[in-house]
Amino acid sequence: MPVVVVDVMPKPEILDPQGKAVQGALPRLGFSGVSDVRQGKRFELTVDGEVTEAVLEQVRQMAETLLSNPVIENFTVRVEETV
Amino acid sequence: MKVGVVTFPGSLDDVDAQRAVRIGGHEAVALWHGDHDLRGVDAVVLPGGFSYGDYLRCGAISRFSPVMAEVIEAAGKGMPVLGICNGFQILCESHLLPGALIRNDHRKFVCRDQRLRIENASTAWTSAYDEGAEITIALKNGEGGYVADAGTLDRLEGEGRVVARYLDVNPNGSMRDIAGVTNERGNVVGLMPHPEHAVEELTGTGTDGLGFFTSLAVAAFA
Repeated sequence: MPVVVVDVMPKPEILDPQGKAVQGALPRLGFSGVSDVRQGKRFELTVDGEVTEAVLEQVRQMAETLLSNPVIENFTVRVEETV
Repeated sequence: MKVGVVTFPGSLDDVDAQRAVRIGGHEAVALWHGDHDLRGVDAVVLPGGFSYGDYLRCGAISRFSPVMAEVIEAAGKGMPVLGICNGFQILCESHLLPGALIRNDHRKFVCRDQRLRIENASTAWTSAYDEGAEITIALKNGEGGYVADAGTLDRLEGEGRVVARYLDVNPNGSMRDIAGVTNERGNVVGLMPHPEHAVEELTGTGTDGLGFFTSLAVAAFA
């Protein structure tokens, strides 16, 4: 079954306290060289049948209305090849 | 007036809100998130809590509950709606109010007696206050940071739609110290602190929050 992936990220100008917490934890664990961390969400939607442009359009609508809040987040939609 | 208080799965402060409505001189009507009608109420309070476990985003699932379709329609016709804490988040997710609420900038849950300034005393929920009144009520949130783009913030300030601002400290990283906002019409108000916990001398910080519930009467008889 094809999987459509929706990635949701906080907009660049929006503070991301969770990402900051992760970034703060990295040096404490001995990892260096990471200057910023942004944390988002990944949704995997298993769809019935073929992924047509109409299906993708519907997923974009889902992303806009429910999966993301356009005031504070951006999203991308892509099809994941499955075995 | 009949004031509906919506209970969502995970609401915490619905009973306190009902009590505050009654102390404010109104009849409290319990509404359920799955209801398809508002039972003839004249106003609605969306209480604090963690509706739907804050899954996805605070208020994101509640916003699509059956009762919210009715609330959004009624709000568009001018019915007073007050969203407190989680209720404020639901109103933003519903696009009844601009902006959004994100995790506190210091990443910790905050619970404190918070001083506020009432900056707009002409909304349906704040007309019992004097403009500039300073009140102290409880604040308790993990995701209370009010954010919006600069243009929206300028417009809110220019149109006098900032209802309340934090004094002394900014407890959650809210932009421009904003604690509450209203819509163009002034019937929909979202507030992060909790006036319903400050309506009796016996408990809480005093009675500074009662004005939010007595304001409805002022609006009705104005």
